[in-house]
Amino acid sequence: MALFSKKSTLPAHPPAGATGEGDFLVTKLEEMVSWARKNSLWPFPFATACCGIEFMSVAAPHYDISRFGSEVMRFSPRQADLLIVAGTVTDKMAPVLRKIYDQMPEPKWVISMGVCASSGGFYRAYHVTQGIDEIVPVDVYVPGCPPTPEELIYAILELQKKIASGEKSRDSRSARFAAERPA
Amino acid sequence: MTSTGGIVETDVLSPAAEKLRERVEASPVGARARVVDLDMPTIEVGPSDWLALANYLRDDPGCQYDLFLDLCGVDNLSRRGPRKASRFEAVVHLHSLSRNEHARVRVVLPDEKKPSLPSVESVWPAADWFEREAYDLYGFDFPGHPNLHRILCHDAFVGHALRKDYAPGQRWFFAEEDLRFPEWAKDTDVKVGHFETQTISIGPSHPATHGIIHLVARLDGEKIVRAETMIGYLHRCFEKMAEKHHWNQVVPYTDRLNYVSAMINGVGYVRTVEKMLGLEIPDRGRLVRTILSEFSRIMDHCVCIGANLVDIGALTNFTYLYQNRENIYDLIEACCGARLTVSYVRVGGLAIDIPDDFAARCRKLLETIPAFLDDVEKLVNNNRIVRNRLSGTGVVTREQAVAWGMTGPMLRASGVAYDVRKDFPYLDYETYDFDVPVGTNGDVYDRFLVRMEELRQSTRILAQAIKRLPDGPVNVDDHRVILPPKSKATSDMESMIHHFKVVMEGPRPPIGESYLAVESPKGEKGYYMVSDGTAKPVRWRIRPPSFVNLAAIPKMVEGHLLSDVIAINASIDIVMGEIDR
Repeated sequence: MALFSKKSTLPAHPPAGATGEGDFLVTKLEEMVSWARKNSLWPFPFATACCGIEFMSVAAPHYDISRFGSEVMRFSPRQADLLIVAGTVTDKMAPVLRKIYDQMPEPKWVISMGVCASSGGFYRAYHVTQGIDEIVPVDVYVPGCPPTPEELIYAILELQKKIASGEKSRDSRSARFAAERPA
Repeated sequence: MTSTGGIVETDVLSPAAEKLRERVEASPVGARARVVDLDMPTIEVGPSDWLALANYLRDDPGCQYDLFLDLCGVDNLSRRGPRKASRFEAVVHLHSLSRNEHARVRVVLPDEKKPSLPSVESVWPAADWFEREAYDLYGFDFPGHPNLHRILCHDAFVGHALRKDYAPGQRWFFAEEDLRFPEWAKDTDVKVGHFETQTISIGPSHPATHGIIHLVARLDGEKIVRAETMIGYLHRCFEKMAEKHHWNQVVPYTDRLNYVSAMINGVGYVRTVEKMLGLEIPDRGRLVRTILSEFSRIMDHCVCIGANLVDIGALTNFTYLYQNRENIYDLIEACCGARLTVSYVRVGGLAIDIPDDFAARCRKLLETIPAFLDDVEKLVNNNRIVRNRLSGTGVVTREQAVAWGMTGPMLRASGVAYDVRKDFPYLDYETYDFDVPVGTNGDVYDRFLVRMEELRQSTRILAQAIKRLPDGPVNVDDHRVILPPKSKATSDMESMIHHFKVVMEGPRPPIGESYLAVESPKGEKGYYMVSDGTAKPVRWRIRPPSFVNLAAIPKMVEGHLLSDVIAINASIDIVMGEIDR
């Protein structure tokens, strides 16, 4: 029996009475893929500062990020598809962040955790990048100094919605984010 | 203000300062150095005599200042009050372990264009990074320093950020190719014996470095033959920010220094300001500070030990220990509403009073914490894998630890029982019954054991402190420092004025300077503040313990295998917020 739907919502359960063998369902490939993607995000924890400690809380048993399918921390950018920037990024660290972002394979998403990563926070100062969107495109900003674990989990859920809807990330190769030295 | 008129220079010397004056007069520097009394004996000297004086202070049996605590610059450009002799000064803090005394040396730098003083790295190796920092942030030249390069700011930085005429928001563009690698790391194929070496970078983004440090290491096979640490990747301009804010506004910044145990930073800071103001806070406020400081110490050591064990493959312990943190977070959240960065202390007391069930919550925590510690000890102590891996790794002898300026568990694991809580008691620590654990071998395993025992001792202190918790106010009864109650601020004229003044300016410590230290989980965390009587500090200096401890890592890892670097690095217990500031 075919399951037709203009806007299918996966997972599509087999209809009642289905035995398993010979049954099939129809959906769009992209939706199938993004359903799988959103539930198996592999984060690269770019933890630089205080937010990194709260990120540890999210990963620890009490909050347990694995309930949302994102517990497989990858410390190699080549194996990750979600960059969680947790903490202040300074001008000295900025090229490192850009390089790590560039090393991640497409598709990739970025969560900016905490106000330092989002805007520089209360470090309006000579060595602090005033928001990582000077360097890399950001999908979800999480406010807070540091955000509570619940807030980060909420950000991951929001990102999952974004991935499920098929919304494209901002183009990471755009000129604005290319790390070129101004003349 | 309620003060005694501030901590200012006086020629009427205390016995300790008088004794130091006699010693200094007998030194080769003689009468060219001037001894005054501040909060501690202070020697004033010119740069040409500094190296001779430094050697004398370390070696003379009547001085024996063997532990180099701190070196920082001071810029008097916009300072109010009595005119200083010179714009730049380098201020050094020293400690004598055998005599248990602090001393301060102020090197007055007469040349404003090219401030310069000889390097004392040869006298106290601990001065190495501090001198690089003063070079970076103040532009002081240190002839004789082996590796005088920028340390905190990036290598494309122009100017010296902590000078008063440097605009706080002035940034400089930094690209990857601007990064300065050590000269020795540029030759790629140095032959060591039959083997060709290779140079690798560990960090700045590496899962096992516990923060963003960058270790450049030359490997002979798997053995490290040379290493150098590069830091500054989290330099958040803390001291510049603090000098641009009012005294109370600095409290949230202090939380983000050692963010693993934020409360202790704030307590250490406000103590220094309260000393300058001549304030004594009520018993209840003091006890809450003690209790939350000790809980913070537990939280901090839990993360350190947990992370150290994760790095060598024992993941379970991390989950056990981290649960302690979560439980303590609940207590802290009940007090101030925040989990990690608490902003709970204020000059003169606390932001708000503790909740009614505070003592009950503490008692419940004290019941659960030892169970987690038992679990970890059962898994780890005498576990053969752990012992083989950690015993004899990263050994720091007693002499090395002192020369490298280490404090805290690092120093104690090497056999020196120096603990600020015992040696310079604050918050009534002298009235508590607790022991200072000391190691014998100074290796990674000893550091682990020392920290585990400190956890137990902290629970001992807590059990005593909770019993003492009295009723009463937590804040001083002085609304020139602490906000008056909101209801009075809108109904009573005088309270309204106080409210306005506290919000707009906050407390104004009188002219003077002060150095006070607390025992943070990483070591002696010293606060050196200079006030010119205005609402903003002239100099806001922190002596970061893990900055000094980390500086020794290249010497500690030489000759070890690459995998041991991870264990050694974790045992130092670094927090980059405090190192890079």
